[in-house]
Amino acid sequence: MSQALQVFLAVDCMPLLAVTFALLACGLIGNFLVLRRQSMLGDAVSHAVLPGLVIAFIITQSRAAMPMFLGAAIAGAVVALLAELVRKLGRVEPGAALGSMFTIAFATGVFLLERATVGTSGATRQVDLDADCVLYGQPETLLWFDAPQTLASVFSMSALRTMPHQVGVLFCVLAVIVALVIVFFKELRLISFDPALATAQGFRAGTAHLVIVALVAACAVAAFEAVGSILVIAALIAPAATARLCTDNLARQLIWSTLIAINCAVVGYVAGVTLPGVLWGGAAVSVAGAITLALGVAFAGAVVVSPSHGVCARALARRRMRARIAIEDLLALLYRTEETGRTQLPLAEANKTLGAHRCALALQRATSASQVARHNGAIGLTPQGRREAAAIIRRHRLWESYLVEKAGVAADHTHAPAELLEHVRDAGQRPIAPDRGPDRDPQGKVIPSE
Amino acid sequence: MNTSHQHAGSRSALAGRPEHSSESPLSIHAMTVAYGKKPVLWDVDYDAPRGALIAIVGPNGAGKSTLIKACLGLLPRAAGVVEFWGRPYKQVRKRIAYMPQRESVDWDFPVSALDVVAMGRYSRIGWCRPVSRPHKDVALACLDRVGLGDVAHRQIGRLSGGQQQRVFLARSLAQEADLYFMDEPFAGVDAATERAIIELLRELRSQGKTVICVHHDLATASTYFDHALLLNMRVVAAGPVREVLTAQQIARTYGGRLTLLTEAAEAVAAQP
Repeated sequence: MSQALQVFLAVDCMPLLAVTFALLACGLIGNFLVLRRQSMLGDAVSHAVLPGLVIAFIITQSRAAMPMFLGAAIAGAVVALLAELVRKLGRVEPGAALGSMFTIAFATGVFLLERATVGTSGATRQVDLDADCVLYGQPETLLWFDAPQTLASVFSMSALRTMPHQVGVLFCVLAVIVALVIVFFKELRLISFDPALATAQGFRAGTAHLVIVALVAACAVAAFEAVGSILVIAALIAPAATARLCTDNLARQLIWSTLIAINCAVVGYVAGVTLPGVLWGGAAVSVAGAITLALGVAFAGAVVVSPSHGVCARALARRRMRARIAIEDLLALLYRTEETGRTQLPLAEANKTLGAHRCALALQRATSASQVARHNGAIGLTPQGRREAAAIIRRHRLWESYLVEKAGVAADHTHAPAELLEHVRDAGQRPIAPDRGPDRDPQGKVIPSE
Repeated sequence: MNTSHQHAGSRSALAGRPEHSSESPLSIHAMTVAYGKKPVLWDVDYDAPRGALIAIVGPNGAGKSTLIKACLGLLPRAAGVVEFWGRPYKQVRKRIAYMPQRESVDWDFPVSALDVVAMGRYSRIGWCRPVSRPHKDVALACLDRVGLGDVAHRQIGRLSGGQQQRVFLARSLAQEADLYFMDEPFAGVDAATERAIIELLRELRSQGKTVICVHHDLATASTYFDHALLLNMRVVAAGPVREVLTAQQIARTYGGRLTLLTEAAEAVAAQP
């Protein structure tokens, strides 16, 4: 086995797996927090479990998984009960009650952390629990001391047994979440969308909600060493929020969120390990920070470039619509000019009516689509352009007669609304217009036939 | 009283009540519901006739939605018994459809109209199984019935308010129930949609189904519905619309003067 691979197995393999599992687990369950608009619940839970973690550590003097989970579960339940008590006795709204209780619990945890550090020294140093680790995560300390010497023995039981136990715990949490999401996908969708109908049908939304909170707590506990108990909130929310911008389908959103989680874990880890050295020459690594930054970049990227919800897509759609309306206005203008007996309209006049900028935009596109032809300084409709112009004028005048006959609008007030309505299209981009009408509009002008 | 009735009655907790019939799709006896210490519904008795369109009418805060939710076990009852065809809700769940208010859900949710309608089939599909082809076909047929067949795959946030209301209606149709609870099915829909909805409700009635709607519009209540339940914390009147929707009863239901019960309820709520 090559030297590089051996170094990778011993140094980078475990941290990379830990952050990937942590992001996947958090990202997947986070979808159901984001969809239920309860993102802050993840924040609350991840903070509330801290005193439980610290107390469990002080008592057992180890970071073994079971005591940690127990401590976290007890702390979470106590904080939830206290929040309910504060809400009732303090007469504050539920958000304020939860907000105050989880920060107090977190503060207690931070305070007790000092005690946890004081208690350890020298030989027990490698199992310490310091603030940096708990708050910001230190996946880079998850070294595989007994990494196997040959590639073939990586998956042997004896090798797997020497893995840092945090990775195993994260894997178990991830496996449970993946299994539950796959098996109960339909139920989760119903419960998240319409808890009342779910409960009426016998799928108890309240119980399901508690299970989701418990899973979030399990993620927070398992992931705190990988990404830290503060940054875990980003892992819960960012993949789901980013994925929501990429699709309108829940199953695809779940898949997107896992892809985003894996990508951010790998990119963030590599960046966290290499970039500080490149940028400011230090040997410092901040994997959790880099991963959270990667999550932020992914979310920002989705906001900008998402094909359905992104800023760019929407700006582009608006631009296209503006151009289409400008063309339709130009065609209609030329059609009305023809109705007065002139076949050509001086460009200056078109500029004046439509505005120079819109006119130039419309003219450029309409000529390249051969709807409009130029004849030195004047413009006129081509046969194709005339057909399309007639359709626009038809819609305009049908709308005018509809507004007078069906909507009770005065005949001399119909032009402006019809000017807007003639451009309206449905989601399939077909124009919407009254399908039948008289031969002439309220002003007596002929309505072109189809 | 015939023997089969007695037999059915022996199952029922309400069997002893003289007016109670196990044929009734919904029987409420002495139901009280409270939010905290404040009663919202007080000692409600009601037997719904079978195969009728029934309106629950009353002012804001009268407990109309609460009545439905408490019947379906979505809110805890402080007291009282509710039975459907003489049985508790859990035994007849599949025969009862529920359409919540449109505002009760997040229409930004990443599901299509078809996904939402298929949710009406979940109790038939059962736990952990995917929505199979036959169930999807039923959902599509229900969407067609409300005129939304061609937007089946559109995300629900991209539908208009009236279309969203019809998606909910299609979902309750997909439940293929015998008793339908609908919370303001006509809220925020245009006149054409309102006509389409009432046509569907009449179709359900002609199939012998019972529909109970929370209804806000007193002007249309007597033309749309057969029976009415006038509610203001307690039952003011119940019966055929001709007899119940009279000026006097409506004044009693909507009367500005506080009833003694309201005063008592507020006094209870004000206690430290």
